[in-house]
Amino acid sequence: MNHATLQMACFVVFAAVALGAALTVVLAKNTVHSVLSLVLTFFSVACLWLLAQAEFLGLALVVVYVGAVMVLFLFVVMMLDIDLEPMREGFIRYLPVGIAAAVIMLVEMLGIIGIKAFDIQAGPNPAGESNIEWLGEALFTHFLLPFEIAALILTVGLVAAVALALRVRTFSKHQNAAAQSAVRAGERIRLVKMAAVVAVAPAPAPEPAKEPQA
Amino acid sequence: MMTSDALIFGLTLGKILLIAVPLIIAVAMYVWWERKVIGWMHVRMGPNKVGPWGLLQAFADVTKLLIKEVIIPTNANRFLYFTAPLLSVIPALAVWAIVPFDNGVVLSNANAGVLFLLAMTSLGVYGIILAGWASNSRYALLGAMRSAAQMISYEVCMGMALVCVLVLAGSLNFTAIVNAQAGTKGLFDWFWLPLLPMFFVYYISGVAETNRLPFDVAEGESEIVAGFHVEYSGSAFALFFLAEYANMILLSFLAPILFMGGWLSPFQGWHLGWLSDPGWWWLGLKVFIFATSLLWLRATFPRYRYDQIMRLGWKVFIPISIAWIFVAGILRYFGIVTIGH
Repeated sequence: MNHATLQMACFVVFAAVALGAALTVVLAKNTVHSVLSLVLTFFSVACLWLLAQAEFLGLALVVVYVGAVMVLFLFVVMMLDIDLEPMREGFIRYLPVGIAAAVIMLVEMLGIIGIKAFDIQAGPNPAGESNIEWLGEALFTHFLLPFEIAALILTVGLVAAVALALRVRTFSKHQNAAAQSAVRAGERIRLVKMAAVVAVAPAPAPEPAKEPQA
Repeated sequence: MMTSDALIFGLTLGKILLIAVPLIIAVAMYVWWERKVIGWMHVRMGPNKVGPWGLLQAFADVTKLLIKEVIIPTNANRFLYFTAPLLSVIPALAVWAIVPFDNGVVLSNANAGVLFLLAMTSLGVYGIILAGWASNSRYALLGAMRSAAQMISYEVCMGMALVCVLVLAGSLNFTAIVNAQAGTKGLFDWFWLPLLPMFFVYYISGVAETNRLPFDVAEGESEIVAGFHVEYSGSAFALFFLAEYANMILLSFLAPILFMGGWLSPFQGWHLGWLSDPGWWWLGLKVFIFATSLLWLRATFPRYRYDQIMRLGWKVFIPISIAWIFVAGILRYFGIVTIGH
């Protein structure tokens, strides 16, 4: 088995896992299983990107989506107490719509990338050894303004989400963490030095009531 | 072609075993050392019956765990219940692929080493969340919820501390990061000095990431029994245990590599003969000090309150980190900190 065949085999395995997991996302009965399948899909796609020598994209996908976004998804889905049966009922009814959407997307993607793309071999990396260096330099010099605008849009989205969900209650009780942290032991405890005192003989304990004998 | 590929495959497998087997033994010895150190701090003896100085205690415990019955709670999700320990131990072992032990002694000298580290450590949280959910137990679920929130929060500060190191070192490769700390001013050439607040942020976040005291609310014996792994027994529990201690040893490796010069001598450039030479023994010594300091923390501090942990992460560490990224950028841009010699 030479190098190219090995890579091809890896590609087929990861692609198959990604497809299977993506199908499970839709078909799984349990929503937690769906979320976990989505995690597996992301992970397999990240592996595919690593195969394509896009190590920054692949690892960033794992860090951002698998490591953070999907954890929150999972968190929310676990807390949901949903009845699964009504959700299942719509499955057959909406299936034609779903298939139509999927076919349109497939056609669009093939239109953009082209079926031929499968045969094109990646050329020599213009960035030399590490595409991370190249990517960082491009992002922070040539594309600095779009990069900052994207960051700003994300921040606005974050603030907007908080503002939408925030409900200030008038009677809510809260702790003043700064005041709590500022407490010193000396304000709460007073240590007293005392001379040892000789214990006086304790008064004889009252006779315990006699237990009735068994 | 076939033979050379097979040869590379076999060599890599051998190297993986060469890292993984000592790591697992190190975990066992670390557990022994932890019990000894905490024993001394409590004015107790610690384990001293099995083998000389109790050295075989850890192995006795492992054997006991492995031959115990594995119990599955009623109505637990069987598949996820057994997947969870694997999901927590696999990233904990996989991350060792990029940890360098000496100049050039590393399984994969990847250019994207730091990213791989972030990717793998961010996966560890799945094992804990799934263990809590699949156990079908309230205590376990509470532990999983706490742990998820805590680990995600502290990952942010940890990532930002790494960004500061990357800005100064100019590379995501661990070997390059260590070599960037070489110089003639001894230990003052290391990154702990220009990045002092980030060094503490990284170390404390690391302790929070590994769910160790004083941030062990995910387990919190006095509140929720044992948190996410309360229902696990036998070898399934042993896997969680292995993952936690492997992550602690990882933190003890990464803190020296990122901030304390890795295998570089603290007396580098001072012409003290062999004392000034770099070598794996320096890394080993630093790892030992950091690993022991984790135990010291455990024996010394009471557990943080949950809301205080969140406050520390989001309201203290993240502002400091954001400010220090600018400081690191200025230090680098104006050449105040120079890398290499």
